[in-house]
Amino acid sequence: MTTAPDRLMTAGLGSCIGICIYDKSVKLGSLAHIMLPSSVQAKNPENKAKFADTAIDLVLDMMIKSGANRSRLQAKIAGGAQMFKFSGESDIMKIGERNAIAVEENLQKHRIPLLARDTGGNYGRTITFDPETGDLLVRTIGHGERII
Amino acid sequence: MEDFTQLSGLQIDALREIGNIGAGNAATALAQMVQAKIDMSVPRVSILPFTEVADLLGGADAHVVGIYFNVSGPAPNSILFILSAQKAGLLVDMLLLRSSGTTDINNLDEIEMSAMMELGNILSATYLNAMSMFTQLKFVPSVPAMGIDMAGAILDAILAQFGEIADHVLLLETEFTKDEDDVVGHFFLLPEPGSLNIILKALGVNTDG
Repeated sequence: MTTAPDRLMTAGLGSCIGICIYDKSVKLGSLAHIMLPSSVQAKNPENKAKFADTAIDLVLDMMIKSGANRSRLQAKIAGGAQMFKFSGESDIMKIGERNAIAVEENLQKHRIPLLARDTGGNYGRTITFDPETGDLLVRTIGHGERII
Repeated sequence: MEDFTQLSGLQIDALREIGNIGAGNAATALAQMVQAKIDMSVPRVSILPFTEVADLLGGADAHVVGIYFNVSGPAPNSILFILSAQKAGLLVDMLLLRSSGTTDINNLDEIEMSAMMELGNILSATYLNAMSMFTQLKFVPSVPAMGIDMAGAILDAILAQFGEIADHVLLLETEFTKDEDDVVGHFFLLPEPGSLNIILKALGVNTDG
């Protein structure tokens, strides 16, 4: 979590998802890097930052304590790729897609509008979020660079 | 044993020894394929938090080639062979007996792709053979899956399988080098948490029953 002019970055997102939630009027932004869709079935749910549901809860708590207004929060997400393709794919290999769905559901549950997304595909992403403008820069290897 | 951090010195030595023999055989196979001298490092056994694994490979956004196998059997695990994109290109050139620099790693044709996968197949098969001899357990590798991308992104997909249970992963890592200082690649064996006990037991070094 940070305020402008600092920016937030996470490198090499594959099936993981980077969730940027921000309050533009106070230029406060956060970036969560989640790995799995849900803490509910996990045998070891202690690390809250790892799961879509608990990470979003955690970030919202922190942001509101730091002066963000819940009704002004907006979100952008990137990641959730499927890096490997197997014949006879197991569910675990579709983890990127499941992550994306879980993140959207949890944002919806908290009524946070999702302004932009760059998810799916079969390539990694390095993302940088600027709370000043709300721009999310997505860089890839061989799949271009874009701002969402 | 759910928690890798409780491994004893004896157990770590035993794992390192399997790594040594497995990777030794794999290095010999690699040397025969590329007709060059391949050396290997003493295997490192490390227990790392997920977030630090990518650092071993030169950072989360390092451009790498990863060849991944899902290994089934009584002690399921994963094998990952990772090398830098540039080194992978050179290796393909060697395999196909061409001059260095011919291969464009971002634009592999079918033959180059299959050379890469075959390399992974042979490495993992030799490694697993050695493991089987040691433990009398059966290890059955899947077909290879290959990814050419950022190191962090390739690891993500694999570590996610372990993420439901743990925050740490046990890595058995060997570096292959050619012509003494040229790092060719990293070979990782990642046992699933329950598997480690089975492997240790087969080696006769389990302490908790």
